[in-house]
Amino acid sequence: AAMELPPSHYSVTRAAALAAGYVCHRLGGPGHGLALRAVRHARRQDIDGVGRKYYLELVLEDIMDNDRTVNCTAEVLYHLGNKNIAPDVQFTIEGELKNTDEADNIFYNRVKSLEKELVAENIPDSHGNVSPEMQPIQLLAWVASGYVIWQNSTENTKFQLAQIKHVKQVKRSDEYLEFDYKILLHEIVSQDIIPWQMTVLWHPQHGVQVTRDSRQPKHASE
Amino acid sequence: LQLDFWLAPRGPGYPVDVRVPFLSLQSFKAHLEANGISYSIMIEDVQALVDNEQTELLRSSHQLPLSTNTFNYATYHTLDEIYTFMDLLVAENPNLVSKVEIGRSTENRPLYVLKFSKGGTNRPAVWIDTGIHSREWVTQASGVWFAKKIVVDHENDEGLASILDQMDIFLEIVTNPDGFVFTQTQNRMWRKTRSKQSGSVCIGVDPNRNWDAGFGGPGASRNPCSETYHGPYANSEPEVKAIVDFVKNHGNIKAFISIHSYSQLLLYPYGYTRTPVPDQKELHQISEKAVTALSSLYGTNYKYGSIITTIYQASGSTIDWTYNQGIKYSFTFELRDTGRYGFLLPAKQIVPTAQETWLALKTIMLYTRDHLY
Repeated sequence: AAMELPPSHYSVTRAAALAAGYVCHRLGGPGHGLALRAVRHARRQDIDGVGRKYYLELVLEDIMDNDRTVNCTAEVLYHLGNKNIAPDVQFTIEGELKNTDEADNIFYNRVKSLEKELVAENIPDSHGNVSPEMQPIQLLAWVASGYVIWQNSTENTKFQLAQIKHVKQVKRSDEYLEFDYKILLHEIVSQDIIPWQMTVLWHPQHGVQVTRDSRQPKHASE
Repeated sequence: LQLDFWLAPRGPGYPVDVRVPFLSLQSFKAHLEANGISYSIMIEDVQALVDNEQTELLRSSHQLPLSTNTFNYATYHTLDEIYTFMDLLVAENPNLVSKVEIGRSTENRPLYVLKFSKGGTNRPAVWIDTGIHSREWVTQASGVWFAKKIVVDHENDEGLASILDQMDIFLEIVTNPDGFVFTQTQNRMWRKTRSKQSGSVCIGVDPNRNWDAGFGGPGASRNPCSETYHGPYANSEPEVKAIVDFVKNHGNIKAFISIHSYSQLLLYPYGYTRTPVPDQKELHQISEKAVTALSSLYGTNYKYGSIITTIYQASGSTIDWTYNQGIKYSFTFELRDTGRYGFLLPAKQIVPTAQETWLALKTIMLYTRDHLY
């Protein structure tokens, strides 16, 4: 039987963050992203021999316009035993997401027509600034990090994207845009800042894909 | 001669301005005198002027504040600017504010606490600290704002005036100055102190795991390279020891609030054990009121509860120790946001964050005043 949990309990907030990251990665792009606004309701159930399942009712907000929210029901299953399998996430969205085709195409064409590959660092900067031209780059990283977060989460972790240290466009002969990101993830339970590399592919009609990602070594002097 | 003409020769009768390299000065002067050409020196040393301008340029982008009224609260500041701000605040309000040095950091920086008092001797007091984790920049920035707010409101705001009629407020704005400077010069994501750890290349202790409450137990790390390293022993960090000594010597602190970011949470003890504190119910109720007050301003959503049930197990944390010392109203805040910007909160959110948090702080202080023990 499923046990109800207070939305403020840490196990709920961890599962909710994971679910939100997964949903955002599936639905997001450089012009639209979702973030967790609130947890309405939470239940948990232990399934013998399988793992632990969370049933969540979430409110997600549109990052570009926080007055827009959608309701989301999500189920997160953390597998028993093998911690190398990513949790299963299922979700449904109620409500409409903003159509950002125009902004997406503008960004797509802008980058495609650059003579030199796009390169940038420290987004946001120390003071939290993100220039308007870099907003889509930042949002794309936010969306892509949802994938990395999903793949690496357990019941004992809660990840957030802390900063983009470096991003470089990789020119492709096909229609996709490719970016090589070096990001910092903040893991709240250990309070670690973890450098991570991710290769991100995007096309307005094909969504966001992380084709390669790996944890990077940290420098002892830092 | 490598002459550099700043006003080029036009013809006889017209003046000429020329910069002369040092090594050519002798021969150039000799040449002018030999030809009966009069001259005057407009600038003795161009390099000195250039150097001066450089310094001015550097200083004006980080101009030390001249008054707390012209201070920019909506931007992040350096340690020097914040320390200057404190001195200005004291100078402008000597009857209300004083500065106390409670100790020195590992790198020998002074640890300053501002005391707000309308008089009396050793009145019951509220303690507020910000910046114990150096990368949590919105907290130091909010601390600066709180300091000014207390001064601005101490007479005309009924609630604050009545609080100060009976209690003193102590505010430590930069609780971890070494870490703070490090976040500005080397690594924006630095959290801990900067003490050297024997037997390791790694530096620093988590000042929020270094207190003597469940010290060394689960919820902290014994690895010096970890962000939650508890240190070689409780109170090993001078930044922590200074507060411990202050609290013990004062003996009359009734509320203790330690401010962090991010996550939008209001937390009460314990972090080191699942056993609820005896005053759980009361602390939970106060939290509810405080969070309601906070949300009333901009609708910012906070959750609240004990540390261990709301975020994680944490041993050796500040408010576990202060609670066990008998300071019943011990709270920790985690300010904005919930992860969108995290530690890198845009400066334009500083003031709204400080404003809403202040409402929660006032709620706690008013409650304390009404329930002195």
